[in-house]
Amino acid sequence: MFAIYKKELKAYFYSPLAYVLIGIYMLIFSLFLRGVFTSGRPFMYGAYLYQYSFLLIFILPTLTMRVFAEEKKSGTDVLLMTSPVSVPGIVLGKYLASLTVFLLMTILTLIYPALIIIYGNLNIMPAISCYIGHILLGAFFVAFGIFTSSLTKSQVIAAVTGIGGLILIWFINQISFLFKGALLSFANWISFFFRFREFVQGLFSTRDLVFFLSLIGLFLLLTMIVIEKRRWSQG
Amino acid sequence: MIEIQNLTKHFGPIKAVNNINFTVEKGEILGFLGPNGAGKTTTMNMITGYLPSTSGTVKVAGYDIGEQPAEVKKRIGYLPEIPPVYTDMTVKEYLYFVSDLKKVPRSKRAGQISDIMEKIQIDHVKNRLVGNLSKGYRQRVGLAQALVGSPEVLILDEPTVGLDPNQIIEIRRLIKELGKEHTIIFSSHILQEVSAVCERVVIINKGEIVAIDTPDNLSRNLGNVSRFLMKVEGPQAEVTNALSEIKGILNIECDSNGEENVFKYTVDSEKDIDVRRPIFFKMAELGYPILELQYVGMDLEEIFRKLTAGEEGNTEVQDEEKALDGGAENDVEKNEGKSQEEQGEQENIQQDDKEKKSKLKKKNKKEKEVE
Repeated sequence: MFAIYKKELKAYFYSPLAYVLIGIYMLIFSLFLRGVFTSGRPFMYGAYLYQYSFLLIFILPTLTMRVFAEEKKSGTDVLLMTSPVSVPGIVLGKYLASLTVFLLMTILTLIYPALIIIYGNLNIMPAISCYIGHILLGAFFVAFGIFTSSLTKSQVIAAVTGIGGLILIWFINQISFLFKGALLSFANWISFFFRFREFVQGLFSTRDLVFFLSLIGLFLLLTMIVIEKRRWSQG
Repeated sequence: MIEIQNLTKHFGPIKAVNNINFTVEKGEILGFLGPNGAGKTTTMNMITGYLPSTSGTVKVAGYDIGEQPAEVKKRIGYLPEIPPVYTDMTVKEYLYFVSDLKKVPRSKRAGQISDIMEKIQIDHVKNRLVGNLSKGYRQRVGLAQALVGSPEVLILDEPTVGLDPNQIIEIRRLIKELGKEHTIIFSSHILQEVSAVCERVVIINKGEIVAIDTPDNLSRNLGNVSRFLMKVEGPQAEVTNALSEIKGILNIECDSNGEENVFKYTVDSEKDIDVRRPIFFKMAELGYPILELQYVGMDLEEIFRKLTAGEEGNTEVQDEEKALDGGAENDVEKNEGKSQEEQGEQENIQQDDKEKKSKLKKKNKKEKEVE
């Protein structure tokens, strides 16, 4: 598992992909942050981070699109599957590598709260809680992206399905006013942004933590199942 | 070392591998022979644990692939048809990654990898990106990958496909050398290759084993015909007549050559009788110059055709003809699963065959089915 983790992480930084995505993320993040500062309105770092987490819907599936699709396409999955590493080991190794890149991205944004602490006032506790929510959200997106990457040989399809799927789940929350009863409670339950908002408000609940962790677990498990299933059905 | 019992693999309605049995002894080099789509790769994928079998067992060094996959995988080095190399790594990095993956102890890695690179002769490209290497070198890197962790068993899927003749000879030499330390199964559709390298051959067709024997025995029992290609200047009918009078000649096929008054002949003769001299003198006597005379031997296709013909008998030929329509549909289904390249290859072979213009229509149809 550790071998795969190392290899995946290296692969990210051998190709321009990780640099480009981190660059784009930081650029948009910084530009908008500057806009917020100069607008003159009262500023809440948490609320800001909440808004820009939406960007992750596009960034993270692009980050994870190659993870399994490329292996399948170039035939290197044979090497992994015939080595003495188990399928859960392969999936976890790859997941952790993509997660690391995402965490790196997040750590880079810590410059801003640090600057705010030095030159101004930052309400530290809500900011921490917000970052925890941000990381959980991102960790879930990475798991979802890896899952869509395992479904196909084509990186483009993997990215598009990943982005599309996340937008769809996000959209369910946007139109939840149309629903009633069980459907409404499901829409609220699945809505990751709704849960993320609680973190932003400084409400750190184990319920939401468990929600994100189990979603991550679910999609990693689904990825393992897809890979196993493909072994059984491919011709 | 390797025991395969009743191994079967179905892909939906298609039986890719049907109930095959064989064993490979320790230190043996076994050739795995068959036309495209015969089930070679599927079988190898099952031995290495890449594909699970529908039924049957594979045991390597006493461990069952279904029950203790990790133990089996530790003992196998696998070179699939497409070398599983990462194009964005250098050769050295790639081999280090593989040894990490195969859990080679850290202290042994450097020594082992430099040994392998020396043996496979990729030492001088170790710092180049795999993506920039030629097909032949990628194949070698793939082979090096299989050797990492010094597994007891090597499974090589068509290791010589797509290489130039020099590289083919080089890889064959390597395989032979590796055979001293490893048990090897390697697949091919070229008989000469197998007979040059292997001690024993398994011939597989349509997912079933049709023969297991040493290459010598196979060609002795099955290849009892020598084949010559010749070009003779002179009237076709007379030359054919004269040839058919020569003792030992079994069959003559004639084809136009494009040149005026020159015809191409494919002559089959009994293996024990050398017909080259009689042909020369006969043609000299008649005054028809021989422009070319070449021994071509029997290729796998011929032997293979003979094998299936011998086992099924002539009585079944008619039944097969009836079943042909259904068979053709089946082929189409199989083709869908394959890459376009492979399909192209098959078409080429079919075209080649058509050019050969076989003697009997019946046989011709049968060939198509075989492919």
